[in-house]
Amino acid sequence: MYHHKHVVVIYPHPDDESFGVAGTATKFHQNGIPVTYLCGTLGEMGRNMGTPLFANRESLPEIRKKELKDACNILHMDVKMLGYRDKTLEFESTDEIAAHLLTYLEDIKPTLVITHYPDYAVHPDHNAMGAAAVKAVGKMDNDVRPELWVQAITNDRHQTLGTPDVNIDTEDVFPTKMEAIKAHRSQAEGMLSRMRESPDFIGEYEEALKRLQFEEFYVWKFND
Amino acid sequence: MKPIQIENVQRELDRFQNRDVYLHLETTNGAYAKHFDKNASNAGAFIRNAQVRFTRAKIVGGTDSYRVGLKMDIGWIYAEGLADWEVTEEDQLLLAGHDAEGRLTVALQISEKPFRY
Repeated sequence: MYHHKHVVVIYPHPDDESFGVAGTATKFHQNGIPVTYLCGTLGEMGRNMGTPLFANRESLPEIRKKELKDACNILHMDVKMLGYRDKTLEFESTDEIAAHLLTYLEDIKPTLVITHYPDYAVHPDHNAMGAAAVKAVGKMDNDVRPELWVQAITNDRHQTLGTPDVNIDTEDVFPTKMEAIKAHRSQAEGMLSRMRESPDFIGEYEEALKRLQFEEFYVWKFND
Repeated sequence: MKPIQIENVQRELDRFQNRDVYLHLETTNGAYAKHFDKNASNAGAFIRNAQVRFTRAKIVGGTDSYRVGLKMDIGWIYAEGLADWEVTEEDQLLLAGHDAEGRLTVALQISEKPFRY
């Protein structure tokens, strides 16, 4: 994977990059490969407001913008904020979002793009952003088209999609990943505690963390 | 935000009566509810920057949370489970309810100017 020249990550929410791809991105950085994050929204509609409360619905966007910058500093990712609104991506035009993404891709000329697996990414924003990213990459000519890795996070992903094509063990950079996750102060503890308590997860905190240690992707195959 | 004091919130509600105001109303259990518990269902709704005019506003106290009803000429606006409040620097009235982990469960917000974002 270290033959890549530039990696672009496309997800909708501040913290998707830290939970999803922080270890992989850190490894790319350590090998001198720049990583750019195109972040769709500011997570304006997030529910976690901190314990004790430190955010409200109106202050949350600025708080999450700051957290995003902090996390991207830790991960050495260059972040571009696309300005969509949380929870609304699936109602936007996929073509318009794809055209918007394409302006970045044509400028950056990545050799690898990472996004969510459309329809297998749980959150409607994830699915919509993934679909737009797949469309954008698909519009690129064969000779300049980057490799495309898509990340599925449904609980039954292995049953429905089979074994992932790429499975990256991030153990050696895991402290950096956790540092990035925790930079998302308003969201991280809430998400980690839900993983800890969920009846559908293995249950143990350590086991939940182990899920985060492996970052797995499917390689998207275009038909042309 | 701080715990609701009913007299202060009632006074804030009163100042928005009979004026065109912008409203944010929201309730949700989150987009990941089913992901973390297959027996749960994702439920949520929000309306942002709805322009409304109410003729009467009242907050009613429960033991640990409050209900607010806003009466309009031809309808009602209602929110339940409100426990915390704040008036922002921009003079917006924010009312919200949270679960034990600090997750927003309901929000009712009123402003004379449109909410940003």
